[in-house]
Amino acid sequence: MSIQVGGQLSSTQKFWRFVLYTLLIVFAFVYMAPLYVMVVTSLKSLDEIRGGNLMMPPLDPTFDAWVKSWSYACVGVECTGINKYFFNSFKMAIPAVAISTFMGAVNGYVLTKWRFKGADIFFGLILFGCFIPFQIVLVPMATILGKLGLAQTTPGLVLVHVTYGLCFTTLFFRNYYQAFPDELIKAAKLDGAGFFRVFWRILLPNSLPIIVVTVIWQFTNVWNDFLFGASFASGDAAPMTVALNNVVNTSTSVKEYNVDMATAIYAALPTLLVYVLAGRYFVRGLMAGAVKG
Amino acid sequence: MASLQVNNVIKRFGDVEVLKGIDIDAQDGEFLVLVGPSGCGKSTLLNMIAGLDSITDGEVLIDGKVVNAVHPKDRDIAMVFQSYALYPNMTVEKNMAFGMEMRKIPKAERDKAVMSVAKLLQIEELLKRKPGQLSGGQRQRVAMGRALVRDPKIFLFDEPLSNLDAKLRVEMRTEIKKLHRRLGTTIVYVTHDQIEAMTLATRIAVMKDGILQQFATPQEIYDRPANVFVAGFMGSPPMNLIPAKIAKNGDGLSVEIATADERTLRLKLNGTGKGLSAHVGSDVLLGLRPEAITDLESSDSGGDIQEVECSVEVTEPTGPDMLAVLLLGGIEVVSRMRSSANVHMGEMTKFAVNMSKAVFFDTETEERI
Ligand SMILES: Nc1ncnc2c1ncn2[C@@H]1O[C@H](COP(=O)(O)OP(=O)(O)OP(=O)(O)O)[C@@H](O)[C@H]1O
Ligand SMILES: [Mg+2]
Repeated sequence: MSIQVGGQLSSTQKFWRFVLYTLLIVFAFVYMAPLYVMVVTSLKSLDEIRGGNLMMPPLDPTFDAWVKSWSYACVGVECTGINKYFFNSFKMAIPAVAISTFMGAVNGYVLTKWRFKGADIFFGLILFGCFIPFQIVLVPMATILGKLGLAQTTPGLVLVHVTYGLCFTTLFFRNYYQAFPDELIKAAKLDGAGFFRVFWRILLPNSLPIIVVTVIWQFTNVWNDFLFGASFASGDAAPMTVALNNVVNTSTSVKEYNVDMATAIYAALPTLLVYVLAGRYFVRGLMAGAVKG
Repeated sequence: MASLQVNNVIKRFGDVEVLKGIDIDAQDGEFLVLVGPSGCGKSTLLNMIAGLDSITDGEVLIDGKVVNAVHPKDRDIAMVFQSYALYPNMTVEKNMAFGMEMRKIPKAERDKAVMSVAKLLQIEELLKRKPGQLSGGQRQRVAMGRALVRDPKIFLFDEPLSNLDAKLRVEMRTEIKKLHRRLGTTIVYVTHDQIEAMTLATRIAVMKDGILQQFATPQEIYDRPANVFVAGFMGSPPMNLIPAKIAKNGDGLSVEIATADERTLRLKLNGTGKGLSAHVGSDVLLGLRPEAITDLESSDSGGDIQEVECSVEVTEPTGPDMLAVLLLGGIEVVSRMRSSANVHMGEMTKFAVNMSKAVFFDTETEERI
């Protein structure tokens, strides 16, 4: 395709441009449809849902379903809303993401800049962890959590997610630091910085892109996890995903689609927000000017 | 201030031996210049001295103490890296002050040191910028600055001026020399620039393929290169190396150069021929610096001057002087004269050869005789 300097498109170019945009718009609609249905359904009353069309905008928008979901929907037998579980998920996700990201960074640092004999084999073994399916570790994990007295608790879930996430965070940071110029570390050593000073002052401040990637990855995984949550913390410490399941499956007389939809949106909001906020800091070229060239 | 000794240092990367037993001994306050072709192991040697990479075998001593096991930060060495290695997240000012900050020097003192070095290197207006916003030459000066703000026992400079324009390079060279005279700190300095090497060094170490070829004063290296490699590497244009034969000539010796028409050109060896009697009849390489071959008017006043008629192939005025390619016997040689010398392309002219400056190399071993 050629770009014309004058900005005037020929008629064939105009035609293809039209086809291109039409296709893009159609696909955008297809992908947006589920979200659209969720939002409009959550804003309708039950009567309207029963009588109306799935795609119709709400005639009389109301936030009743959102309020109910938040403060008095029935999660299993308790009817206190999902707010507690929403915060449970935060109490689980924030430490789990922070700890696993930090440890991954330290691992990556040691594996690339303080190499020891067998570092590559060590890394290979850690990498192995990325390929272990969730289901395989359930039973041993339950045993260990039981022994530690962490069964059915948020700290227990944090431990599980840190353990599981460490393989991935190590992989990310190791590969990023592999390309980090060794000379910078050498210069800092000569300047008198020790192991942790080099890490805090030189490496971490230059790791923003990979930190953002890791945080997005970890947060999404930890927040969206259902299996570990359902297996190790189904009671009061249950995360949002488990609560969502319980709300939807609570067998009361009527199926409250609007409340279900509102709950599902609550469950999806934080990950959406992380993408929107963190994506903005996904900057490139931070290493510019460090070394020649 | 410190003395530095490198004893038989060997460095291997896997199977590749990069340093093959280097011996260097620098006095306190010495300005040591390391030269050698690209890839000969200069940066590697600096890394060994700084302790940034492990030594395969041998010892490094600072002030007479073996420091092989001493952490780089405790060796009290400041280094300018070939790749600059500026911290991209810090401003120029922070980059320069980082080493002092790590050593817990008070802020006021740090600022003062940074300001004075920034002035010296003409980078005062860059202090608030980050490395990414600087040109190559500016980054290089910041890298210099980061080393100079400290007051270490030893400075290691890895081609610190390579990226500067000609004028700035000369200015910085002078500044470094002044600085060295003022502080008297021991310096190890890598460069590819002949003039830098000759002007700055108290002693020069010439390396090739991880082997030290010669370690001597600049004058010694220039006048009496240890082997053919050093003769060809130092000096620009390099020393002329002329295949020749040593012959008996009455009481004394002479050196014979083959000419195109199968005669020989004979140069008497008066004072110079001492060690050569053992080589009578054998092939040697006669080494003559371009400035040892001149037109008659500007010939050296002292020494053993001999006149030879040569044809002038090419003349190359460089400004301050004139280079001419001559046929000495059948061999092309370069001579250096005043730019006003009365020498013209294509003519046969008499030239003065200063034989007391001549050196001889064994053709087999390539060592100086
Ligand atoms: N980490 C390494 N692993 C393997 N080989 C290396 C490593 N570092 C350097 N070398 C090799 O060691 C040799 C010497 O490298 P060094 O950087 O010391 O050369 P140099 O003399 O500084 O060259 P230049 O003048 O180009 O800077 C080179 O052949 C290089 O390929
Ligand atoms: Mg080098």
